[in-house]
Amino acid sequence: MRIHEYQAKRLLAGFGVPVPRGEVVETPAEARAAAESLGGTVILKAQIHAGGRGKAGGILRVEGPAAAAAAASRLLGRPLITPQTGPQGRIVRRLLVEEPVAIARELYVGVVLSREAARPVLLTSPRGGVDIETLALTEPDLILRQPVSPSAGLLGFQARNAAFGLGLSGAAFDRAGALFAGLVRTFMETDASLVEINPLAVTTAGELVAADAKMDFDDNGLFRHPDIKALLDPDEEPSEELEAARAGLSFVRLDGDVGCMVNGAGLAMATMDLIALAGGRPANFLDVGGGVSEDSVRQAFLILAADPGVRSALVNIFGGIVRCDLVARGIVRAARERGVRIPVVIRMEGTNVELGREILADSGLPFVSEPDMERAAREAVRLAKAPGGPR
Amino acid sequence: MSILVGRTTHVLVQGLTGHEGTFHTQSMIDYGTDVRAGVTPGKGGARHLGRPVFDTVAAAVRSEPIDVSIIFVPARAAADAIMEAAEAGIGLVVCITEGIPALDMARVKAFLRERPARLIGPNTPGIISPGQTKIGIMPGPIHQPGPVGVVSRSGTLTYEAVNQLTLHGLGQSTALGIGGDPIVGLSFVDALRMFEADPETKAVVLIGEIGGSAEEEAAALVGRGFTKPLIGYIAGLTAPPGRRMGHAGAIMSAAHGTAAQKIELLESAGARVVRNPARIGEAVASVLSGRT
Repeated sequence: MRIHEYQAKRLLAGFGVPVPRGEVVETPAEARAAAESLGGTVILKAQIHAGGRGKAGGILRVEGPAAAAAAASRLLGRPLITPQTGPQGRIVRRLLVEEPVAIARELYVGVVLSREAARPVLLTSPRGGVDIETLALTEPDLILRQPVSPSAGLLGFQARNAAFGLGLSGAAFDRAGALFAGLVRTFMETDASLVEINPLAVTTAGELVAADAKMDFDDNGLFRHPDIKALLDPDEEPSEELEAARAGLSFVRLDGDVGCMVNGAGLAMATMDLIALAGGRPANFLDVGGGVSEDSVRQAFLILAADPGVRSALVNIFGGIVRCDLVARGIVRAARERGVRIPVVIRMEGTNVELGREILADSGLPFVSEPDMERAAREAVRLAKAPGGPR
Repeated sequence: MSILVGRTTHVLVQGLTGHEGTFHTQSMIDYGTDVRAGVTPGKGGARHLGRPVFDTVAAAVRSEPIDVSIIFVPARAAADAIMEAAEAGIGLVVCITEGIPALDMARVKAFLRERPARLIGPNTPGIISPGQTKIGIMPGPIHQPGPVGVVSRSGTLTYEAVNQLTLHGLGQSTALGIGGDPIVGLSFVDALRMFEADPETKAVVLIGEIGGSAEEEAAALVGRGFTKPLIGYIAGLTAPPGRRMGHAGAIMSAAHGTAAQKIELLESAGARVVRNPARIGEAVASVLSGRT
């Protein structure tokens, strides 16, 4: 789960990480008031879950309250298009209004979970303000990586290593230790999967300030953090993905036209790949999971059928714990409820497969039953391309 | 022969009396697995499915000979259950539970470094040596004993591959899932080393997916010299970067952990990687018949 910059900065501030003074606003009038209370000249920052906001015109420096209100009215309620949003952009609903920071140097500092090290890793680099993944490819030597003990946390010498590596001295060096410790504690105590301050500004006065902040959380840890779960912004998540998550399903929208519904994440990815191999384009990833019920199958099918971009659907079930008859009943129920707008190819194998196929055949609904996985994918692709389009 | 588990493996079930634990333990017993006891805190002294129930793993191992513990406890308690089994001296822990926080697993891995216990999973279907023992949730009947080792990050996709092997008349020595989470116990490399040492395993099927570097490490091992034919399939060629595809560990960036990169490394190391997941069994059959 991802949160906005202003939310990440509030969390970080709670762990002692210095952030610029700022206010979150939703109207031009609020932007004017915020600029007044912050002393006139302010930075307006569009709050959307995507990077590349600066170049896209989503971060503006304005002089005075009237200019703040005018700039806010241009940004709010409109889509901001960055390389990460896709061509439709994201609607800007909130702005972070901040005091300007007099930046002398831009640094990078972040904590990620390293799968290879099986622990969090503190990343620091003197090259702030650029994408860390790009930097890792072009100039990997400029990134210092220090594994953090999951029980002991960040150690004093590690903080010093990082501060020396960043070329800090004097007051900035002294403040860096507490900042790194706060950053690591933020990560560990919120079950984050990423905390990133990029850039970390060294001000002309020698202060350290988090000029930007980004946080992602481990979805599996959210049960421990209802306060963080409440930070979810439903406007930033595709509605069918939220709907699917509520039904215990895992759904990711893609840009093709062959919908698929599969049990198991690996088989679901393999099914997408089979569709591509047959010359088609998958419309989604949809895993109904291992402990699936008749009703969650029904909901999964309804989500698929409701997508206007889907021209045919492929259901691929390997029954193990999941029984094919239960899946068949869920599909039939959904199809009776809403009708079948698109051709549906169903491949089932495994536990109770005969019973499942019987239920589908007896329903009288126009499903295409195909026991071979590869032929089923080819048929779904052929139907998606067939002239005339969905019924 | 087989790896890790066999006919004489004695099994403990942590979370035996719960809904999942009861259902899958019955299925394991029906398969012939030697389930000796269960643990459910607060239910010590009871019997369940004809087996004694203990309050703690320590009490269970004092009373019964135990080689492997399989865990069916909820995600919030599962990390603790793994460490309890390791602390009690159990040599192999199989954790079925999905949804354990990654930081909990980081602590578990640090804990296991100081103990001899091996971990399979979490978020795994478990391990089966067909015809001998099933310590997991996979459907038993699709398996048959034979010469092919199977190791995978997935559940149903593994069943699909095993089913294809069986339909081609190719049985399995051992099939195991290493788990779909970002931090897991046993790796592909560990499993490949064991299959290499198992005289009955004549070929290995490796089923990977996007995210992480387990397949890249396997490719490096194969490149250094793995003497048995390796047939691979990597799921997620069409998956977009930055999106989690069901498994907590199935997420890649544009630059790291892509299916294309994993396939390329495995192939250049000498593995046969199939693009079509419906042709895994066929590929193994052709590789094995070409050698004999």
